[in-house]
Amino acid sequence: MSARNRELLALLPVAVLVTVGFTAVFIVESSQIGDLSLIYGGYFLAVCVGVHLFIRARLPYADPYLFPLCALLAAIGLVMLFRINDELALKQASIFVGGAGLLAVTILLVRDYHVLERYRYLIATFGIALLCIPRLQGTTVNGAYLGIDLGPLSFQPAEVAKICVVIFLASYLREKRELLTVAARRIAGLTIPPLKHFGPLLVVWGASMLMLVVIRDLGSSLMFFGAFLALLYIATARFSYVVAGLALFFVGAWVMEHAVAHVGDRVDIWLDPWGRDAPSGAGQIQQSLFAQADGGLFGMGLGESLLRLPGPFAPDCAQPFPDCGSILPAPHTDEIYALIVSELGLFGGAALVVIYALIAARGLKTAVMARDGFSKLLAAGLTAVFALQAVVIIGGVVRLIPLTGVTLPFVSFGGSSVIANMILLGLLLMISNDARRPAAPLADHQRDWEALPA
Amino acid sequence: MNSPIIRLYGLMLLLFAALVGFTSYWAVFDADNLKDNPQNRRPLIAEQTVKRGTIKTADGVTIAESFPVGGGKNPVYVRQYPQGSEFGNPVGYNFIEVGRVGIERAENGFLAGERNEFTSIIDQLRDVPQEGDDVTLTIDAQTQGVAIQALQSAISSTAGASGAGGSVVAIDPSTGAVEVMASVPGFDPNLVKNTATFKELNKDQSAPLVNRPTQSTYEPGSTMKVVTAAAALDSGEFTPDTVLSGRSPQEIGGVPLSNAGDEQFGDIDMTTALTHSVNVYFAQVGERLGNETMFKYLDRFGFNQDPELGYPDSQMAPSGVYSEGKLLSPDDAIDIGRVAIGQERLLVTPLQMAEVASTVANQGVLMRPTFVQEVTDPDGRTVQKLDPHEQSTVVSEQTASELTELMTNVTEEGTAAGLTVGGLAFAGKTGTAEIDPEAGINRPWFIGFAPADDPQVAVAVMLERCQGCFGGTVAGPIAIQVMESLLSR
Repeated sequence: MSARNRELLALLPVAVLVTVGFTAVFIVESSQIGDLSLIYGGYFLAVCVGVHLFIRARLPYADPYLFPLCALLAAIGLVMLFRINDELALKQASIFVGGAGLLAVTILLVRDYHVLERYRYLIATFGIALLCIPRLQGTTVNGAYLGIDLGPLSFQPAEVAKICVVIFLASYLREKRELLTVAARRIAGLTIPPLKHFGPLLVVWGASMLMLVVIRDLGSSLMFFGAFLALLYIATARFSYVVAGLALFFVGAWVMEHAVAHVGDRVDIWLDPWGRDAPSGAGQIQQSLFAQADGGLFGMGLGESLLRLPGPFAPDCAQPFPDCGSILPAPHTDEIYALIVSELGLFGGAALVVIYALIAARGLKTAVMARDGFSKLLAAGLTAVFALQAVVIIGGVVRLIPLTGVTLPFVSFGGSSVIANMILLGLLLMISNDARRPAAPLADHQRDWEALPA
Repeated sequence: MNSPIIRLYGLMLLLFAALVGFTSYWAVFDADNLKDNPQNRRPLIAEQTVKRGTIKTADGVTIAESFPVGGGKNPVYVRQYPQGSEFGNPVGYNFIEVGRVGIERAENGFLAGERNEFTSIIDQLRDVPQEGDDVTLTIDAQTQGVAIQALQSAISSTAGASGAGGSVVAIDPSTGAVEVMASVPGFDPNLVKNTATFKELNKDQSAPLVNRPTQSTYEPGSTMKVVTAAAALDSGEFTPDTVLSGRSPQEIGGVPLSNAGDEQFGDIDMTTALTHSVNVYFAQVGERLGNETMFKYLDRFGFNQDPELGYPDSQMAPSGVYSEGKLLSPDDAIDIGRVAIGQERLLVTPLQMAEVASTVANQGVLMRPTFVQEVTDPDGRTVQKLDPHEQSTVVSEQTASELTELMTNVTEEGTAAGLTVGGLAFAGKTGTAEIDPEAGINRPWFIGFAPADDPQVAVAVMLERCQGCFGGTVAGPIAIQVMESLLSR
C-alpha cells in the first residue's frame, strides 16, 4: 500500500473517535447543547481529509503516520472541549481550518526547508523578539508574561518562538558540530570544547535564563533549554555536554527560584501543595490531583466528571464558563490532561501519552532517515521541543515538575498553540518527504544545497 | 548522528513512562487519600446534585425530604425536616455546611443512592438521574410525640427537674425494631445549616445536639437489679425463692450498704427483694456471683461494647463499669456488690436498659436493635426489609419467665404499684439513682414491658434529675403513656 493510502487508512480511527466521542458527550449533555453542535465533528473531519489530500498532492513521500497521530490528538482534544463547552469545540474546529491553511502555506511558501538555514540569525532574532513582547506589554497570566494582546485575540509567542529557536540551533550546530567535537580538549576527564565555539551556546543558556527573568515562565524555559540540550547531544554525541548543561540549568533555576518570586512560588507549591502557608496558586494543582483521583483506572465517563459548580454554588461570572465557575481551573488549556484522566481514567491518560510517544518515534525516525545534517538536527529538534512541551505540561499536571502554563500540543484549546504546532508538523512532513523520497533525486538536491554558502 | 537520536528516544520514553507512573499514582494508588482530603470538596458537591431519599416513620410521617434549589440545569438539593425538633434526635441532619449525623449518616449509602458500577451504567443508558433510596423507619411518629411531650411535661412539672434532659426508648422485643427514641431537649435540624446557630447549639449547656439514648451514660440505679436477677437465676445459683437477709445496713465490699430510706427487712426471697427493690439482697447476690459471672451476663446483654444498632459509632457509647473514661474488665478491682444494684462506677445508656427489658420480654433472646423498617428505590422496589436478627441468647426461657413474674410483681404490689397499662398486666422495674443525696437530687428510671403474658413493647425511661422524686412516680407514668400509645395502634 502506498504511504498516502496508509495515511488515509490511519485517519479512520480519528473519524471513529470523533464520531463516538461527540455522540457520547451529546447523549450525556443533550439537555445543554444544541443538535447543531454535532456537525462540529464533521467540520473537523473535513479539515483532516483536506490536509490529507494536500499532502498527497505536495508531499507524496512524507511519513504516513505523523499527520494521523496529530489528528488523533486533536480529535481527543476536540471531544474534551466539546464536553466542556460546545462553543469551544466550534472555535477549536475553526482554528484547525486556519492551522491547516498555515500548514499548506508553510509547505507551499518554503518549498525547500533548507533555505531556512540561510536566514538563521534573522529567524533567531525574530523568535527572541517575539518572546520579549509580552513583557513590554505587561500583561501577565498567573504572574508570567505569556501572551501578546492583539485586541480580541491573544497570542502566545513562545509557541512560534520554539520553532524559530530550533531552526537556529539546528543550523548553527550543523555548522559547528565538528569543531565542537574534534577541537575539544580533555581536562581532568571532562571534555571541554574551545570557548570560541562554545560561546554561542552559552549565549543560548543565558537566553533561557533570561527568559526566566523576562517572561518568568519556568515551563517555556525548560522546554527551550531541553530542546537545546537534545540538539547539542545529537550534534556532538557528548553526553558530558548534556550533564554540564543540565547542571548549569539547575544552578540557574535555583538562583531564579530565589530571585524571582513568581518562580519561587511555583516551586514551593510543587514541593508542598497542601501546606498551610502554600502560596495562593496552590489550588490549581490540588484540584488537578483531586480530578485525577476521581478517574481511577477507567475514568468516570465522558461528561461525568464534576466540572461546573452546580446551581447555588456557582459564582457570579462575568466571563463564560470554563474561564469562570469551573472547579478545575483552566480545564480547556493547562489542565486538560487532568480532565482526560478524570473522565477517561488512567487508561485514557496513558493512551494520550502513548500517542505522544508514537509521534516522537515517527519524528525521530524521520531524523534518522534524513540524509543531511541540517535535516537530521531540524527533525530531531522539532520532535524534541514538541515532546518536551507535552512532558512539561503533563508533568506539571501530575506534579512531576512545577506546574507551568504551556499548552498540551494539539489537545489544549488555543489558537497560537494549534497554529504553531501545525507549522511544526508541516516542517516535519517536508523533512520526511525528502528523507523518504527514492534515493537518486535527493542526492543531487542535497549536493546543490551543500554547495551554497551558509 | 543516528545513535544519539536513538538514545534520545530512549530518554523520551523514560520521561513518558514517568508521566504514566505519576498519573497512576494519583488516579489509582493514592486516589482514596485524595478523595478523603479535607480540602477536596468534590464528593460533597457531587452529592448535593443527587436527590437524596426521603425518610419516613413507620406510620407514614415524612421526617426528611430534599428539594431542588437554584433550579435550572444543575439544581442542588437541600434537606428539609418538616417535623422540626421532634426527630432532630435520632434522625440527625445532612447539610453541606455542617456535615451529617444520626440516621442520615448511618443510612447515607441508601439515601445518597450509592450504586454499584453495573447499576449506574444501566441508569446512565436509561438516562435516569441518580436518585437516593427512600428509607422507612421503625419509629412510630405518634408515640414519639407522646414520649417527648410526656418528658417535657415531667421536666416542667417536677421539682428540681427544670432544665434537665430525659430519654425514652421503646423497642419491639421480638424484632428489635426501635419504635421510639426520644431525647430531650431536642433541636430543630432545619436550623443547624446556619453555622452560627450550629455553633451556639454545640456550646449549649443542655446539650441539645446529643442523642442521649445512645450517647449519654448514666447511673442505672435499681433497674440494674433486673440484670443481676437474670444472672442469679440463669446461672442456677439462685431461685426466686432463695432466702437472704434484708437487714440494713450490711458490709458490702468492706463498706456498709443501706437499703433505700434504711428500710428494714428480715430474711426474704428474691421475689420480695425485687418487688421492694432491696439493695442489700441484690448486693449480696452480686458478691456471691462474683465478677466473672456478672460480666458474663453483662456481655450477653450487650454491655461493654457499642450497641449493635445501625448508628454512627461516634454517637454511641457502650455501657459498663468505667474508670477515667475507660471500660473496666472483670480482672479489675470492682465492688461488684454495688455494681449489682446499679452503683459503683457503672454507667449505662437508656438504649442499653431498653435492651435489658426487651430481652426479658423476648424469652431471654436479645434481638439486634434496628431503625430501618424498609428501603425502597426510586422506582418503588423494595431494596431491604427489616429482617430480625438475634444478637444473643442471654438467659433461658425459664429464667425469662421467672423474671417476668418478678417484674410483674413490681407493678402489682411493689415500687411501681398503682401503674396500669390499659388494665393489662405488665412487667417493670423502677430505679432511683441518688446523684446528690444531701440535696435529695435523684435520677429516676423505669424499664418494663407490656403486656406481661404476650409482650409487644419494651421501654426504658430516664430523667436526668429531680428533687425528692422516685422512678415509680416520675419515670413510670411516662413509660405507661408510651406503652399505651404503642399498644393502641
